[in-house]
Amino acid sequence: MKTWDAIVVGAGHNGLVNACYLQRAGLDVLVVEKNDWIGGAAVSRSLTPGFLYSNCSYVCSLFRPEIMRDLELPKYGLQVISYEGGAVFTQDGDYLANYRDHHAHRREFARFSKKDAEAYDRYARDVTRQCRFIQPLLMRTAPDPTSFKPRDIGELVYLGRKFAGLGAREMADTLRFWTMSISDFLDEYFETDVIKANFALSGIIGTALGPMSPGTAYVLLHHYMGEVDGSVGAWGYARGGMGAITRALADSFRATGGTIRTGAEVEQILVRGGRTEGIVLTGGEEIRARLVVSNADVKRTFLKLVEEKELPDIFLRRVRNFRMRGSSGKVNIALDSMPEFPALPPDSPCLRADLHFTDSVERMERAYDDWKAGRWSADPFLDVVIPTTLDPTMAPPGKHFMSCFVQYCPPKVEGRDWTDADRDAFGETVISQIADYSPGFRDRIVHMEVRTPRELEAEVGLTEGNIFQGELTFDQLLFNRPVPGYAQYRSPVGGLYICGSSTHPGGGVMGAPGRNAAAEILRDLKRGIEHMSPAHDVI
Amino acid sequence: MTSSDVIVIGGGHNGLVCATFLAKAGRKVLVLEAGDEVGGAGRTHEFAPGYRVSMAHLLNRLHPEVVKGLELESLGLSFSPARQVPSIALSERGAPLILTGAYGETLEGADPAEQRAWANVRAQLLRYAGILKPLLARRPPSLDAMAVGEAAALAMTGLALKRLGREDMRDFLRVLLMNVADFLDEELSDDRLKGLLAFDAVLGSHLGPRSPTSLLGLYYRLTGETGGLTGGQLQPAGGMGAVMAALHAAAEKSGVTIRSSAPVARILVEDGRATGVALESGEEIRAGIIVSAANPRTTFLDLVGPRHLDTGFVRRVRNIRMNGDAAKLHLALDRTPEFTGVPLEHRNARLVIAPSTDHVERAFNPAKYGAFSPEPVTEITLPSIDNPSLAPRGGCVLSATVQYAPYALREGWEIGRPKFLAAILDVLERHAPGIGATVRHAELLTPVDIEARYRMPGGHWHHGELQADQMLMSRPVFGAEGYDTPVAGLFLAGSGSHPGGGISGVPGMNAARRILGMKGG
Repeated sequence: MKTWDAIVVGAGHNGLVNACYLQRAGLDVLVVEKNDWIGGAAVSRSLTPGFLYSNCSYVCSLFRPEIMRDLELPKYGLQVISYEGGAVFTQDGDYLANYRDHHAHRREFARFSKKDAEAYDRYARDVTRQCRFIQPLLMRTAPDPTSFKPRDIGELVYLGRKFAGLGAREMADTLRFWTMSISDFLDEYFETDVIKANFALSGIIGTALGPMSPGTAYVLLHHYMGEVDGSVGAWGYARGGMGAITRALADSFRATGGTIRTGAEVEQILVRGGRTEGIVLTGGEEIRARLVVSNADVKRTFLKLVEEKELPDIFLRRVRNFRMRGSSGKVNIALDSMPEFPALPPDSPCLRADLHFTDSVERMERAYDDWKAGRWSADPFLDVVIPTTLDPTMAPPGKHFMSCFVQYCPPKVEGRDWTDADRDAFGETVISQIADYSPGFRDRIVHMEVRTPRELEAEVGLTEGNIFQGELTFDQLLFNRPVPGYAQYRSPVGGLYICGSSTHPGGGVMGAPGRNAAAEILRDLKRGIEHMSPAHDVI
Repeated sequence: MTSSDVIVIGGGHNGLVCATFLAKAGRKVLVLEAGDEVGGAGRTHEFAPGYRVSMAHLLNRLHPEVVKGLELESLGLSFSPARQVPSIALSERGAPLILTGAYGETLEGADPAEQRAWANVRAQLLRYAGILKPLLARRPPSLDAMAVGEAAALAMTGLALKRLGREDMRDFLRVLLMNVADFLDEELSDDRLKGLLAFDAVLGSHLGPRSPTSLLGLYYRLTGETGGLTGGQLQPAGGMGAVMAALHAAAEKSGVTIRSSAPVARILVEDGRATGVALESGEEIRAGIIVSAANPRTTFLDLVGPRHLDTGFVRRVRNIRMNGDAAKLHLALDRTPEFTGVPLEHRNARLVIAPSTDHVERAFNPAKYGAFSPEPVTEITLPSIDNPSLAPRGGCVLSATVQYAPYALREGWEIGRPKFLAAILDVLERHAPGIGATVRHAELLTPVDIEARYRMPGGHWHHGELQADQMLMSRPVFGAEGYDTPVAGLFLAGSGSHPGGGISGVPGMNAARRILGMKGG
């Protein structure tokens, strides 16, 4: 029987990134994927004839440019179309437009408040400063502060120096920033509800927190850290949908000799004598390997795929306590024609980017209160994009695909499982909100897919529907992610690694976890990592 | 008039502590108190004929170094173990949970599995709070130039951390900024217990149990030590007013001059240096060192004035969040109330109505939107049981801290007060049937009232939210975190400084040490 050098479990984007780097280092790598399609939550699905849905993740920005270059993704067909625009609609029929150009954005703020327009310069400067500090952390393995290994100490010293380089006042500001709520942070600059709402949205997408929760200001950085084609803070549509990213990754992987098997669900990761020996698929087929890298989330990996007796008690306890409560849903819509938004001027460029209908932080926080009570938000906030305004490949001419990311959805509805009736009622809440701002919207709907945490878990394998494979709170970040002592991609089982969003630096379509894990694996194998570009500063 | 070396603005407990430490070191100190007596929110006042009460109703963190340094025990303060009181988590439906000993050394009313789980969690909380405890009675660490003494102190903390052992240290780092709700759910299952702990974590804060960093509130409580017991709490003999009287006596015994009814209008600043104060009456008093134990925003924006401070500093001070959420209820009762399930020998306990973590979170939600909790959570004491002089014979004082009552109530407290009072009385009635009929007089102090009566902006007893982003180097703001300020000769000594409020005396003590330690101090 063949023994692979490495098997990667799960063909989500991090698994594919990891597999690519390992294959390019000379390992013989097999990727196994349970679904018939690859991509995990970065997929393009055709669920109704003629239309493609980015039915999970929907925009590209955080994907690391170093990874794109190292794995030659543009060569394998990935094209990211940068977009600008977007708007927040207000309940009184107005809107706040988004502009990438700082001065244009400032002028738009001045429509609402001169004071806020002036504060915007200060805000941009302060946030950019915070971005500069955090960005090197993303592409570095988190150091273990309880270890005295030279590498960890060296890393702590590096981070310490970077921190100290800020100057005492900036250090205090940074510590403060990391523990503040986005609402309190914004209150220090702006007075207008819709302007604050516009920024606050960045702070809570994907989290199980509200804008008034301490620790949400930091998540704001995540959304400023992206880059498209060298343009910082830009967001873009992957041409052909998010599946284009994972397709390019898969092609890059295969082109360098890698193998992917779909329709191959892992039943168990084989362990003997504290080391992994490979995997067993459902159906009984055994595949041997020297290393196994799991792209599945930490709970799925260690509570389902590895026998309990192979893992230390304290590790199991921590994994069980790892919180991954889903907080979002998705509504993907095929439209017969472009929807109208009368609040906007005709042919407004705003339509090419993110549209929101939540015009205050208070409404966002109330939506979160519903989640805490185990219900989907009665007044949810939506992040709506219509990629077909810039990407003609996802729908027939004149027709459109609309993606609605929705918060909040609880992992269970008042303690019980989601039913189809729940899902439909939730979908109706979403359509109803859009229809409030877009007359005739319902009539344009050709097809609709409503996804709650139930669907995300069942189809994509995201436990409890958490899109980041684990909540991003202090106790689950950096050297605590996914659990203390195992925050460097290794597990208690020899040869078994984890590379998904459950690891540092967390979720979003970034590729950093997959890449960082590959670096650790190659270090352990004492192989070179020259083919892995070091992180470059985006800001 | 003899001139003073130091003027202390504010005769609350921190001001008195600071003044006394300085006087004991040989300085000539003058305390200026705006009210007609010292003691601040520790004062006892008569709220109904024959009924007396204090805003702060339990002693749980008066620092042992303050007690020792000011020789308070020789001035009548008793920390006898007999005065320690338990905490009781009331339950509407069933038996209450009783935490006896220092913060639940023994748990009565819980099943054995929960008692074991709690013993572990309690030990863990005390262990971790113990790591942070030494940091409280010191200046916040300075991020750039650190004095040898400070570096040594931090190193000690690092060592204490290391002594925990690797896995414990990992857990310490993991849970440090966690939310208390999820932390409690990891090991505990009794709703009454979790409700009480969640309540304690957020008492005095604009946070709910699900808010990240809320566990710090529980740590803060568990760094409090009384009568040698960490986590202990006691009813001071004679009430909190007696504690203030002891502090007053200690100050006068050390030669501190105290002037009451002497509100300060301005701190005099010349060439970036504080040179004295001007009272509201117009009288000017000069001194080389001015200490303000008043709220930091009051100090910098009202007393000093923005024109003596740089814009960035002024902005930081304006941004200090200090809108309180705690109201105080005082009831003059005809007789001692009977709370369901509370045994006779524990009537003097701290009674907590916070049935579950969810309950506390639901109470918090409206506060985010300028509304009060329709089902408030509360801690109750009956101080007249241990101190009969506080009530007429047969009568009883009920003192309750109630949350959440947001300072900036949208409908305004004129309209809100009677409604909130009704909501609290409703909760009390459910736990002590018949209590409503025994109320002779009710005094409800909302944060707006507390602000007016005790000169505490926002009605916030910490003089600024005690949350992670307003702690240590950012408390009250960077640039004034070490008790000295950008104005030479001006120091801060109040609850708005590190480590925060409550009757502790620590800010006052730390400030005095800072002044004495600085050149020219």
